[in-house]
Amino acid sequence: MEQDINITIIDREGVKHQIEAPTDMAMNLMEIVRSYELAPEGTIGICGGMAMCASCQCYVLSDTELPEMQDDEEAMLSEAFDVKENSRLGCQIQMTPEMEGLEVELAPES
Amino acid sequence: MITTDILIIGAGPTGLFTVFEAGLLKLNCHLIDALPQQGGQCSELYPKKPIYDIPAYPEILAGDLTHKLMEQCKQFEPGFTLGERAETIDKQEDGSFIVTTNKGTQHKAPVVAIAGGLGSFEPRKPLLDNITDFEDRGVEYMIKEPEFYRDKKVVIAGGGDSALDWSIFLSDIASSVTLIHRRNEFRGHLDSVEKVQELKNLGKINLITPAEITGINGNGKVENVEVTKKGEEPILVETNHFIPLFGLSPKLGPIANWGLEIEKNAIKVNNALDYQTNIPGIYAIGDVNTYPGKLKLILCGFHEATLMCQSAYQIINPGKRYVLKYTTVAGVNGFDGTRKEAPKAVVKAIQ
Repeated sequence: MEQDINITIIDREGVKHQIEAPTDMAMNLMEIVRSYELAPEGTIGICGGMAMCASCQCYVLSDTELPEMQDDEEAMLSEAFDVKENSRLGCQIQMTPEMEGLEVELAPES
Repeated sequence: MITTDILIIGAGPTGLFTVFEAGLLKLNCHLIDALPQQGGQCSELYPKKPIYDIPAYPEILAGDLTHKLMEQCKQFEPGFTLGERAETIDKQEDGSFIVTTNKGTQHKAPVVAIAGGLGSFEPRKPLLDNITDFEDRGVEYMIKEPEFYRDKKVVIAGGGDSALDWSIFLSDIASSVTLIHRRNEFRGHLDSVEKVQELKNLGKINLITPAEITGINGNGKVENVEVTKKGEEPILVETNHFIPLFGLSPKLGPIANWGLEIEKNAIKVNNALDYQTNIPGIYAIGDVNTYPGKLKLILCGFHEATLMCQSAYQIINPGKRYVLKYTTVAGVNGFDGTRKEAPKAVVKAIQ
């Protein structure tokens, strides 16, 4: 579909998945991961996408331009574990056509 | 031993509504929850956030939903065991179950309804190799009794409300309070942030930011923690207690070992009938269960609770006849002697 973009997600076992993500359904990266079942239910998106649990933390590997981090995401990441310079919360990244080629790796479950 | 008709594991929205539906069938309920208050995620994670898909409520705050559910079920006088986690379940010869909590409280019921949501909320532990060696030997993830810290040296880590509030509270009790956070900014109520600032200026709270705890040392109990400030050499801070307050995350926990069929971190149930699990007499309702097409919505939990109660009635009252009654017609007879009913129509001649 024309609204779909191609993105790459490396799951927690290190397996690389090339998938098509819709950009017209108001979905965020955490929801894309769940829709493809790339992480077991109950281990990702636990708070439902309110930037309150960090279970959807991922490392951004491509230089894709992403929306700027808001206060609540920054605050959550400051309390999360396994945080790196390129950490983001998947639930705070809405899929847009500009994100074609995005590559991320899911952070370990904690 | 606490005895009841339906023992509900989890006092979230689904568990609370079960009390109401069970009450209409004259069944008593008792609820166990690991959190110290009712409401589950709604009160623990997002009490001030709105929900838009509760039927007939265009918008309701999660905390308000909890209060309304409590109000709705209160005439059925539910019992609560709060702040305790359901640990083990034992089937008795008479078919009933005994559920024991982590604190040893025992509950007996012919029917168990697991409405445990995502599981029980457990403290998130910092990733330090030897932290488990010091648990209850100076490392505590929750403050239960503030007096415990009187005249002790305390190090608190975290950047949210609980880290702020406890630092403030303990600054009057402990001999010293050190607050450590990875950033200079804290996420909390403005009052709390300002109060910590004030206590820091007065020298009553030793604030170290941006910094992290990178080690714990001691012989049998905590003696000091290693604190690393960004871009600096680690320093040792002498302390009797280290209290990491990094929030809570839900874990299915001991329920996973009850012999129930688990799939996708949830309990498989028979959705064609009554949401019973593979063990007769144990049901799973709300976010904790799974079946083809399952949606984790509060409104689905309400539906599941209602059907489950009808099935539980048959287990508790074998062979006893019953048909569904509408509350508008039958009213609501509370166990506390109250009665709610629709006003009678006036019958009067018009001349």
